[in-house]
Amino acid sequence: MRRLLVIVLLIFAAPLGAQDLLPPAPYANRQLDNPALEAKAQALMETLRCLKCQSQSIADSDAPMAGDMRSQVRQRIAAGQDPEAIRGWLVERYGDYVTYAPRMSALTWPLFAAPLGLLALAAVLLRRRFKRVGSA
Amino acid sequence: MIAEFGLAALWFAAALAALQLIAGSLALTSRGAGFAGIVRPVAVVQGLLALTSFAALITLFMRTDLSVKLVAMNSHSAKPLIYKFAGTWGNHEGSMLLWVAVMGLAGGFVALVERRLREETLLATLAGQAFVSLGFYVFLLLASNPFERLPQPVAEGQGLNPLLQDLGLAFHPPTLYLGYVGLSIAFSFAIGALVTREVGPAFARAMRPWVLGAWIFLTLGITAGSFWAYYELGWGGWWFWDPVENASLMPWLAATALLHSCSVLASRNALRAWTVMLGVVAFSMSMVGTFLVRSGILTSVHAFAVDPRRGSFILALLAIYIGGALTLFALRASTVTEGERFSPTSREAGLVFNNVMLSAILGIVLIGTLYPLVTEAFGEKVSVGPPYFNPMAALFVIPMLLVMTAGPLLRWRRDSLRRIAPALAIPALIVGAALLALTVYAPLKLLPLLGMALAAGLAVASFLPLRGRNLRRTPLPVFGMVVAHFGIAVALFGVACDSMFSVERLLAARVGETTQVGPWTIRLAAVEPVAGPNWTALEAQLRAQYKDNAPILAAPQSRTFWAPPQTTSESALVTRWNGQLYTVLGEAADDGRWQLRLWWKPFVPMIWYGGVLIALGGVLALIGRVWADLKRIIARDKIAYRRARQGR
Repeated sequence: MRRLLVIVLLIFAAPLGAQDLLPPAPYANRQLDNPALEAKAQALMETLRCLKCQSQSIADSDAPMAGDMRSQVRQRIAAGQDPEAIRGWLVERYGDYVTYAPRMSALTWPLFAAPLGLLALAAVLLRRRFKRVGSA
Repeated sequence: MIAEFGLAALWFAAALAALQLIAGSLALTSRGAGFAGIVRPVAVVQGLLALTSFAALITLFMRTDLSVKLVAMNSHSAKPLIYKFAGTWGNHEGSMLLWVAVMGLAGGFVALVERRLREETLLATLAGQAFVSLGFYVFLLLASNPFERLPQPVAEGQGLNPLLQDLGLAFHPPTLYLGYVGLSIAFSFAIGALVTREVGPAFARAMRPWVLGAWIFLTLGITAGSFWAYYELGWGGWWFWDPVENASLMPWLAATALLHSCSVLASRNALRAWTVMLGVVAFSMSMVGTFLVRSGILTSVHAFAVDPRRGSFILALLAIYIGGALTLFALRASTVTEGERFSPTSREAGLVFNNVMLSAILGIVLIGTLYPLVTEAFGEKVSVGPPYFNPMAALFVIPMLLVMTAGPLLRWRRDSLRRIAPALAIPALIVGAALLALTVYAPLKLLPLLGMALAAGLAVASFLPLRGRNLRRTPLPVFGMVVAHFGIAVALFGVACDSMFSVERLLAARVGETTQVGPWTIRLAAVEPVAGPNWTALEAQLRAQYKDNAPILAAPQSRTFWAPPQTTSESALVTRWNGQLYTVLGEAADDGRWQLRLWWKPFVPMIWYGGVLIALGGVLALIGRVWADLKRIIARDKIAYRRARQGR
């Protein structure tokens, strides 16, 4: 009976304990040995948002979830995956919110139209200004 | 007693602001001329009352009066005295009270000393200033009373966010606020000038010191804020295009543009409508910044005020001020002509070009900051970060830097590029050589590469305006310009170096273990517990050796505060002339190893040296302008005095 109780308790306790007691993912705080790959991973991590904190990239975050994401990124980079493919995979899982590099879409096109608009506006302003002078 | 006294002073100050607004407006009509006399004294007393109210709040915080809600929520009796003092504005209510106190004092100061403008313009300016202040008084009194008492005093306060218990941050918000308030005065001048249609050099000269002062404080505030983020948040980054950072950058961009167009208006009587418009925009950006930070609409590292009711109040104020100002501008636009003409190759043209570029950068930052809020309102969350801002801003920054090298060499009105070409050959050669050297020796990253080459060129070009001048006769504002432009080059160099050459090393080290980061050899000598006034910490003793030099001790800590309970990592920096070693102590692993994060960041302190240089340039210009104004006033008084004697 007692043994059964212990087993039942263990079954219920295991998922609880797993949250904190599991060691962090292998590459959460460990760099890849190949500096070129690590630089590639670092560049990608700096543009991914930590979903558990406020306005930090996963490269800068102490949150356990960011550590897991770092580990994922490093392992996938080490396995030879393309950074943009990894970004795509993360966006698929967590939505557009996870990437600091907004992707062109029906939702975000104004972000990319804005600089063009500003360029055009600046050109018009400057042209008008100088044309008026020229004719004066 | 002190709390009630402070609240009463605040109510009286608000009443006087209302009086100042009414009297100032009536004095502009033909029948109300009798009110003109009281506007200036009322403005002075209003400022003093607001200051009194703020002093009362400081006293409450210094004494840790726990019957006052604000103190109980944000302070703690065991906090070091300096943070009790600085904690006064480390919260929403206190910082808004600081804002109105500074705004009231600035208005009082204008009322006391400003004699260059026509009296009606000054009255309109003071009325405008009272209008702005009044909104903030109402906001404080109705929606965020700092002096509210608790029904029962509590035994102990809740303490101040440990991240804010830091000298850098203690003085970062007030510095920014001084900048915002300076821009509110510039805004009031713009309103005054629009009301009386006196948009000309006199208006620009009256407004310029305030714009300069505001710009100096904004520059220092942003520099301090970025340094704080760098060493306190423990991730070695100095700018993340975080919405709160952007909130302080936007007014700075507008103020920088305003500063330059103000100079054109003052000395050339050109760009009248543009200058007034920028005056409105600069203050609008301060209000947008305040709204973003204070409303809690953002969830970001800095946001420590979350209350939607307040947000809508600030938004309403923003709409009233900006809407009102723009309406006034539209009504008067036909009467404000653009002023003197100039050719496309002239100093004015260079300044106009860079004004437009600065405005475009401002547009990018504004859109990038607000866009995620807009999509979130429609239920879709997106993030906009460095990968968007860096290239988009560079689109406009690079042409701006190029024009910045040539602009100060051009003459007013009309000039030819051929005349300045020989002087520009030097910086052009330097940029070319730097680009060549960098593509050969460095890993290719386009933006930092361009940044570094342009920084090298600009550093030299910034001194060219002094060429052929008698240095002793050169006016101080010219030196100011040279120093500020050189500061831009220095900061840009630091930025480019940081993103090009930083080396990072993460490791789990046993005590006694040695590692390499860049040219440094670092040994973890020990990890020891230490205690402070309201925290305990684990401190790593790192022996850091640069190449073959003697080792230096760096001691990063992992601090645990107990009121409120929170852990922060205190980085330890070792600064050399050619860069900074940045060390952070992380968590302990099970097997007795310690997580360490180490960076070698070549030339990174240049970013902040540059910021300080830019502000110093502003200070030189301000001293020069104020000194010239004083001399002019003294000379005029002398003439008046002589005339009076001769007349007798």
